[in-house]
Amino acid sequence: MSTATLPTPLTKKDFQTDQEIRWCPGCGDYAILSAVQAVFPELGIPREKFVVISGIGCSSRFPYYMNTFGFHTIHGRAPAVATGLKIARPDLEVWVATGDGDSLSIGGNHTIHMLRRNVGLKVLLFNNRIYGLTKGQFSPTSEIGKKTKSTPYGTTDRPFNPISLAIGAEATFVARSVDVFQQHLKDTLRRTAAHKGSAYVEILQNCNIFNDHAWETLTERDARSENVVQLEHGKPLIYGKNRDKGIRLNGLELEMVQLGNGIAEKDLLVHDEHHPRPAYAFMLAHMEQKPGFPTPIGVLRQWENVPRYEDLINAQIKEVQDKRGKGDLSELLHAGDTWEVHP
Amino acid sequence: MSTTVVRPPQRKRETVERAVIRFCGDSGDGMQITGSQFTNTVALYGNDLATFPDYPAEIRAPAGTIPGVSGFQVHFSSSDVYTPGDATDVLIAMNPAALKVNLADLKPNGILIVNLDDFGENDLRKAQMTSNPLEDHSLDGFRLFSVELTKLTRAALKDTGLDTKSMDRCKNFFALGMCYWLYNRSMDSTLRWIEDKFKSKPVLVQANRLAMQAGYSYCEATEAFQISYEIPPAKLAPGTYRNVSGNSALAMGFVAASQKAGIPLFLGSYPITPASDILHALSMYKNFGVITFQAEDEIAAITSAIGAAYAGALGITTTSGPGMSLKTEALGLAVAVELPLVVCDIQRGGPSTGLPTKTEQADLLQALFGRNSEAPVPVLAPCTPGDCFWIALEASRIAIKYMVPVIILSDGYLANGAEPWKIPELSQLPEIPVHFETNPVDFKPYRRNPDTLARPWAIPGTPGLEHRIGGIEKQDVTGNINYEPLNHERMVRLRAAKVEAIVQEVPDVVPAGDPSGDLLIVAWGSTHGPITGALKAARAKGHRIGHVHLRHLNPMPKNLGEVIGRYDRVLVPEMNMGQLVMLLRAKFLVDAQGYNKIQGKPFKQSEIEQKIEEMLD
Repeated sequence: MSTATLPTPLTKKDFQTDQEIRWCPGCGDYAILSAVQAVFPELGIPREKFVVISGIGCSSRFPYYMNTFGFHTIHGRAPAVATGLKIARPDLEVWVATGDGDSLSIGGNHTIHMLRRNVGLKVLLFNNRIYGLTKGQFSPTSEIGKKTKSTPYGTTDRPFNPISLAIGAEATFVARSVDVFQQHLKDTLRRTAAHKGSAYVEILQNCNIFNDHAWETLTERDARSENVVQLEHGKPLIYGKNRDKGIRLNGLELEMVQLGNGIAEKDLLVHDEHHPRPAYAFMLAHMEQKPGFPTPIGVLRQWENVPRYEDLINAQIKEVQDKRGKGDLSELLHAGDTWEVHP
Repeated sequence: MSTTVVRPPQRKRETVERAVIRFCGDSGDGMQITGSQFTNTVALYGNDLATFPDYPAEIRAPAGTIPGVSGFQVHFSSSDVYTPGDATDVLIAMNPAALKVNLADLKPNGILIVNLDDFGENDLRKAQMTSNPLEDHSLDGFRLFSVELTKLTRAALKDTGLDTKSMDRCKNFFALGMCYWLYNRSMDSTLRWIEDKFKSKPVLVQANRLAMQAGYSYCEATEAFQISYEIPPAKLAPGTYRNVSGNSALAMGFVAASQKAGIPLFLGSYPITPASDILHALSMYKNFGVITFQAEDEIAAITSAIGAAYAGALGITTTSGPGMSLKTEALGLAVAVELPLVVCDIQRGGPSTGLPTKTEQADLLQALFGRNSEAPVPVLAPCTPGDCFWIALEASRIAIKYMVPVIILSDGYLANGAEPWKIPELSQLPEIPVHFETNPVDFKPYRRNPDTLARPWAIPGTPGLEHRIGGIEKQDVTGNINYEPLNHERMVRLRAAKVEAIVQEVPDVVPAGDPSGDLLIVAWGSTHGPITGALKAARAKGHRIGHVHLRHLNPMPKNLGEVIGRYDRVLVPEMNMGQLVMLLRAKFLVDAQGYNKIQGKPFKQSEIEQKIEEMLD
């Protein structure tokens, strides 16, 4: 006979809303939504504690489809709204859904400042390298030379590498996954949820209307294993269909090596998420920009023990209150020199 | 036991009703501190007063030049004080540039104290003067006292061991000591301030004290001044008083609002002149649980406050003109999601960067209409530095009760100007009830309170209330995304009706002066002082004049149209090109006349008086 009622565990269905989803059929956003809805119930957090905040863009419709508290704000400003929310209510689980235009163009400033402060927000960057909601202009992650509606002769803009930007802003958690790698995406989201400070996750996402095949070289079944290296803490960087290729460190350079002929796993770079030097994570982030190198996915950096911004703010308030006592309004109004006027 | 009694030489002491003193010098000369100290002393004595700090935007323009001149004017009296004074009785000019900039405001036969040591050829050149005014008889119409302020200060401090540069930094206190003698004031409160301010540097305590006492003794001993003045305490309403500036009153008002509402105060702000002092003040009040967030920009300042309001805090943001422009889109979001928020715009001269340290009231139309589409917002304006306290409470109360962003329009003159303020009893503060929705049964995020049209404040973390809000148009009641034409019109009208409903909070106006007659002056904001003074003077001449000073600019008091109709003419003085007058003409079809001054300076009482005469001629 049971004496206590255990709360019914939440399921994926609990996080689905009755709203009609208005993304284009075939959009990568569906896969991301599905993965998030699958992972949230596992976290053991009551549903009312979740808040999903977004800016503007296709990805920013995300909150409407999550049966949590949700706030669809204005273009680029989601991290700032979320920062105010998180400072005021550190107990809430606040996730930000954003895109390459929202987070890296109009909202670039808020992104870097949120990361340097280490506000306890989880940011999902849907990177499809295009402006979808405005129907096909290039974005700050579009490859140089790309022909779009606003660049009929090709872009002349050098793109951002979002991972490098986050590392440069001293982010304490930086990861990358891919919309169609569902298992990897869910694992990455679990890691994201477990991180205390700012977590920045780039999710490579396909826009099948305005930038189809954007990540094809990474996602096509035949190409996937050759072009992607999956990072795992404490494990060597190995990839390839036959798992016969690896990444080796030579001074400050990464080099691709073929295993065998005297090169063994022990010679390869072993991934260290917690590496204290920014150069390490930068090196990994830039790997894909070297011709022929694979694109790394997984957690590139995770720094423990960096205090969260909202905790520092609230600790300071408590410290002042402990020292000076809780504020007394009458004392405040009478502070400094006062004088009496008698009748 | 014998003591030596030093008898002051018998000199004339005259009792006068009021005086206006201006301290001016280089921006490195400590004129703001000198003025504040003098102000504090006369306030403690019980005089009514008003101050006008006037300082350059440059932190340290080249020493001795015209752009570097900083001034602080204080008007104190045994009767009512409405303005910092049109003209000065005493001018303390620390260098030729300060003299050049400020001399025009010194009354004929006024007292002029200059630092003789700073009138060398080089000093005159820096002030672009071709002849020495101390020698060319151009100052003959004034009572000129050329004092070797630098040399005398150095002599007084010779035993302190300080270097010359540090000694020279104390010469403002020598001048202050002279003024204390001139107006028969005790140096005690400034001595206390010096001890506190420099407590970690005893040598500076000693130096500033010596300099001030030397200035006082100089007047006493040299018989330079044959007369000193006495201004008895003013007959203010009984109570406990302190000095407040507009910015410090706003800061205290928000703390009070947070306490009355029982929710934490969250300030998101980005430093900007002349609003930064509110951020500085509130960052001191952490013992009240105040959260201050110095954001990365003006947009993050307001959006973080919106996030905090969403979380259930009293979210506020403080700025000035250029920052206000940057916050525009986010204000529209707050209108759409109907969250409580208070935005303080401490207006300054514009457009663009404009005159950062000078006052103006030209953001009224921006506050009312400066957003895309139909985005009505209540707008309040304090009329005196002390009123800033009450406006902060009123704005917070309206924001919470109606779930609406509220704009407060203060200005540089109110922000930095100070006046004696009667400290209220806590029982006089308005109640600010807060209701967070908790009932999940049939919860709808946009179901409205029938009286206020406010939607529920349903904060994250409340079980069963999970819902989505956003800037996209939403369906009435449910809050779901909705683009239907008739729903949009309904929502636009509902948001407007909600702001209109706030009129029930706005007291009917009762004109000061005559309840009907020849002329009604309608105004808002910091023009209150000079208009009040001018009204009194004009009525004394027999004119029948009323004065309405609007604290609520949107919605306006419901009897305003009727009150306007009781007068033959309407005059609207504003420090802009005519913004309130445009609204009044449009709203009430009245032939109101504007009187506009756009000089970065407040109106003088005499200017308003003259305009009244012109209108009634």
